Amino acid sequence: MNTMNVMDRTLETKTTKIAARDVNVYYGDTHAIKDVNVKIEANTVTAFIGPSGCGKSTFLRCLNRMNDTIDICRVTGDILLDGEDIYDKRVDPVQLRAKVGMVFQKPNPFPKSIFDNVSYGPRIHGLARNKAELEEIVEKSLRRAAIWEEVKDRLDAPGTGLSGGQQQRLCIARAIATEPEVLLMDEPCSALDPIATAQVEELIDELRASYSVVIVTHSMQQAARVSQKTAFFHLGNLVEFGPTGQIFTNPEDPRTESYITGRIG
Amino acid sequence: MVEQHITSAFDRDLEAVQAQIMKMGGLVEAAIIDSARALETRDEELAQKVRAGDAAIDGLAEMINEDAARVIAIRAPAAVDLRLVLSVMKIAGNLERIGDYAKNIAKRTGVLIQGHDTSESAAALRRMAREVELMLKDALDSYIQRDVELAADVIARDTEVDQMYNALFREFLTHMMEDPRNITPCMHLHFIAKNIERMGDHVTSISEELIYLVTGNRPEDERPKADTTSSIQQEV
Repeated sequence: MNTMNVMDRTLETKTTKIAARDVNVYYGDTHAIKDVNVKIEANTVTAFIGPSGCGKSTFLRCLNRMNDTIDICRVTGDILLDGEDIYDKRVDPVQLRAKVGMVFQKPNPFPKSIFDNVSYGPRIHGLARNKAELEEIVEKSLRRAAIWEEVKDRLDAPGTGLSGGQQQRLCIARAIATEPEVLLMDEPCSALDPIATAQVEELIDELRASYSVVIVTHSMQQAARVSQKTAFFHLGNLVEFGPTGQIFTNPEDPRTESYITGRIG
Repeated sequence: MVEQHITSAFDRDLEAVQAQIMKMGGLVEAAIIDSARALETRDEELAQKVRAGDAAIDGLAEMINEDAARVIAIRAPAAVDLRLVLSVMKIAGNLERIGDYAKNIAKRTGVLIQGHDTSESAAALRRMAREVELMLKDALDSYIQRDVELAADVIARDTEVDQMYNALFREFLTHMMEDPRNITPCMHLHFIAKNIERMGDHVTSISEELIYLVTGNRPEDERPKADTTSSIQQEV
């Protein structure tokens, strides 16, 4: 990826994929997200950065209703995917998560074969009519996740037997097998070595051609490298949102400046 | 400065590289003053000192660039820290060029004091050099104090230097037309004047770096340009 172009690429006009309006999240009495308004653009990598506990992961999990699984969690405001409210009663969260996929911090392959890990989603969503089509989806997904060459001869081997970096790419293959429109990534490289990290970053850049990618990362350098837009969260507030090049050279808010330059603030 | 970094070694690195800029700035200020004084007082020894002293200035510039590269590699500076590292690299380049001009003045002085009477112009050149040296002093002060207003004032003052240069340019032209034997000394004196005028431009660049460092934006106004000599035509 050519970082010289980071500024230029953000100048392209993009359509809004996800629009969040006045989003508030409460865990019981704790007010975790405060009046967040943000637009996630199509074919763009958006990075969420901020200190631990700032709400960036919480907000990410709102985007595919992963917070539904937490009883005390309450979400208010609107989150629109292509203009449709994802918190509408008629929306099936399982269908939503097929469209808005997620990759987690720790690689979490199912205790099944590599093939089954990738084919599970397409199978339950009925995306393949027969075995040949399913095999095609599995190969395509593994290729796009840049792991096909490494696993094509052992698709029956357990996914848990792969190295950490391979497992994470397997999880990415699993996430993209259902052809999601948005891919949410919560610290996808924090358990990976630098080489695997570089491979995942390269992959993220390629995925941008087809999807919107939202990535939560503690690595400021990673945010600067992979994203076109950066959002800085602090104490539940979205402090600053803008082109990544600008956030990292000349942020507007002093809190953003303090954080990205590694100062106490 | 604003708050400290969590990694205190980062602060020490940035302070060290800025201290080197100040040291370099001190040497360059002295080179400006000494080169002009050597010309006015026809002091070959002082001119020789200026010529010899340029190596130290070049050495510091190299050191600053190496240290800045190391900070970029190790600390991956962002935002104001990135602008700081970029600015010290550019300022080191500006100071290095000013040092080269002073050295060139000292070289020409060596030629001029062998038989040419330069007393009339030397005083004007020294006033011009003095003005540039004061501008540099203020530019460096504004840098350390992050004083955008003072930096803007320095930029504005470059107009006076340009005007001094215009006046000298016309004067030298007149002397050369009066008597062809004046051509050799006047050519040297003209290059000296031009060197000092260019020094002023580099000081202006240093002030612009400070404005960029503090605000994140380059100054919007066009630089004041009062050097009109490029369009002067002489009737023969």
